Amino acid sequence: MIEDNKKIMKTNTLILHTAALFLLPLQLIFSVFLLLRGHDEPGGGFIAGLVASGAFVLYLFAHGVASTRNILRVEPHDLLAMGLLLGLAAMFPGLLYGEPFLTAQWWEFTLAGSEIKLSTVLIFDIGVYFAVLGTILTIVMSLTEAEE
Amino acid sequence: MSPEVVLPILIPLLAGALTLAFWRSQRYQRWITLFASFALLAAGLWLLDSTRQHGYVVMQMGNWPAPFGITVIADLLSAIMIVLTGIIGLAIAVYSMVATPDRHERFGYYPLMHLLLAGVSGSFLSGDIFNLFVWFEVMLLASFALLTLGGERSQMEGAIKYVTLNLFSSAIFLSAIGLLYGMVGTLNMADIGYKLSQVEHTGMVNVVALMFMISFGIKAAAFPLFFWLPASYHTPLIAVSALFAGLLTKVGVYALYRVFTLMFTGDVSYTHDILLWAAALTMLTGVLGAAAQFEFRRILSFHIISQIGYMLLGLALYTPLAIIGGVFYIMHHIIVKTNLFLVSGVVYRLLGSYDLKKLGGVYKHRPGLALLFLVPALSLAGLPPLSGFFAKFIVIRAGIETEAWVVTAVALLVGLLTLYSMIKIWAEVFWKPVPEGTDTSALTGKRKDSQMWIMLLPVVGLTLCTLFIGLNGQPIYELASDAADQLLNPAGYIEAVLGVSP
Repeated sequence: MIEDNKKIMKTNTLILHTAALFLLPLQLIFSVFLLLRGHDEPGGGFIAGLVASGAFVLYLFAHGVASTRNILRVEPHDLLAMGLLLGLAAMFPGLLYGEPFLTAQWWEFTLAGSEIKLSTVLIFDIGVYFAVLGTILTIVMSLTEAEE
Repeated sequence: MSPEVVLPILIPLLAGALTLAFWRSQRYQRWITLFASFALLAAGLWLLDSTRQHGYVVMQMGNWPAPFGITVIADLLSAIMIVLTGIIGLAIAVYSMVATPDRHERFGYYPLMHLLLAGVSGSFLSGDIFNLFVWFEVMLLASFALLTLGGERSQMEGAIKYVTLNLFSSAIFLSAIGLLYGMVGTLNMADIGYKLSQVEHTGMVNVVALMFMISFGIKAAAFPLFFWLPASYHTPLIAVSALFAGLLTKVGVYALYRVFTLMFTGDVSYTHDILLWAAALTMLTGVLGAAAQFEFRRILSFHIISQIGYMLLGLALYTPLAIIGGVFYIMHHIIVKTNLFLVSGVVYRLLGSYDLKKLGGVYKHRPGLALLFLVPALSLAGLPPLSGFFAKFIVIRAGIETEAWVVTAVALLVGLLTLYSMIKIWAEVFWKPVPEGTDTSALTGKRKDSQMWIMLLPVVGLTLCTLFIGLNGQPIYELASDAADQLLNPAGYIEAVLGVSP
């Protein structure tokens, strides 16, 4: 039964193959858009991380684990660890100014006429992004490898 | 600014992220773990010192004022619990270096252990009831993964019971939070305490109080919903068993102490009466369950339950002396119980079994180890001058003073039966000759075990802690007494968080 399914997947995947190739960069760009938009409007690290992992999972279904690992270049474990460390790093800057942990710090400046607001909240959100991406890819990749 | 109040949460979180980042190297993971455990203990001692000076140490996360943001607060009880967490964390970190097989280490043993410690510390320090729920879930998640690490059949069986009942408890907890929020419109524990003290007590408050009692009762393994504990605690790695035995149920007890001294004190004759009977039945069923067992870790697991009864008894009697006894009991119990589990792991390494029938002869070949068992075992049973004697003495004296004769009689009887259980282990494991068919090459020293001393190190350390508490009872008693004072005067807690006196 499983053998049959694999055959069907292999023979019918031309559209999926091509679509996954095009959708991967689009989805990744969209995820970054969601991540940056999340400060004032719906979006943020968690949902952006989900969209990004959706991109990789789609690619994985079409092209298999090995080639997904190839384009990912880093182990999903490492993404997870990096995300956690970034999230934790965002807690400390407040302490330098004698404020409680997790207090948001802001750097505002104008660049080429537009106002840019950077903050520890953004670092935290990026951390969440990578943690979510790392977690989901770890789960999906180990499950797929276990099946293969 | 007092960073010491969040450090006990941040250190294990950071260590967890770092050990995850170094997942390729078990050596780095071990060193990070060891270093982080020392740091956690140091942060705990710092916190204890500053709570002794200032009474309460408060920090509002992200600078959002209470009751709108999340408050992290330590009073003496929290600080004591954090110090104990640090001691147990350090003991387990050292012990795990030898006792945990490489196969398990590769599957994320250390990151999970740190996550568990972060969950435990977070629960002790949270001043927000919903945040407490979140830390409970962090703890549950990590403990579930640790429990099933290795994937043996018996582990899965135990884990299913463990998770089902704990999720059930979480569901009740969450519903109770929802109902409470509907009544008082706040999640900050100090604010809830303040608002509940202002309104007239209705039946609904008691309903919510009972929901909290059931939920935390399950976590603490109190009667009648304790059976997940003996079903699961003997299945995982021994270091994990010891960690769980020392800390997890005590988080439930701590939550009961917090909630039933700060929030639900309006109808003590109703709520604390129920607690009293639950405590008596918990003691009795736990110790009777242990009497029927013939497996080292299962006997110890049932004794966790009966000891939880004493701690609940302290809370249920609700006099200053009783609360002192309860706090003292928690301090003594965490150290002694973890130590006994660690000893059972050493015996397993020597003889390859936890089954009492297959064990024997340890006293003849390793009298030192026998002594290391005897001290915590007799302490658990409550023989003077060890720590358990004072703990039991204070609780039972409080029982006599409030003329709660039945419960006091039960507590005395349970002490006697505990002694019986410990003597049973002593006779079977240490006294009787080695049964035929058991491989004794490790026990008699024919097979050299060069790393054994690392496993014995935490056992010796915890035994010294027991002796220290027993022989140095007065300062520990005074510490417990100050903690009890704070618990019985929630006004100080409320003022520390909200900045106004009720």
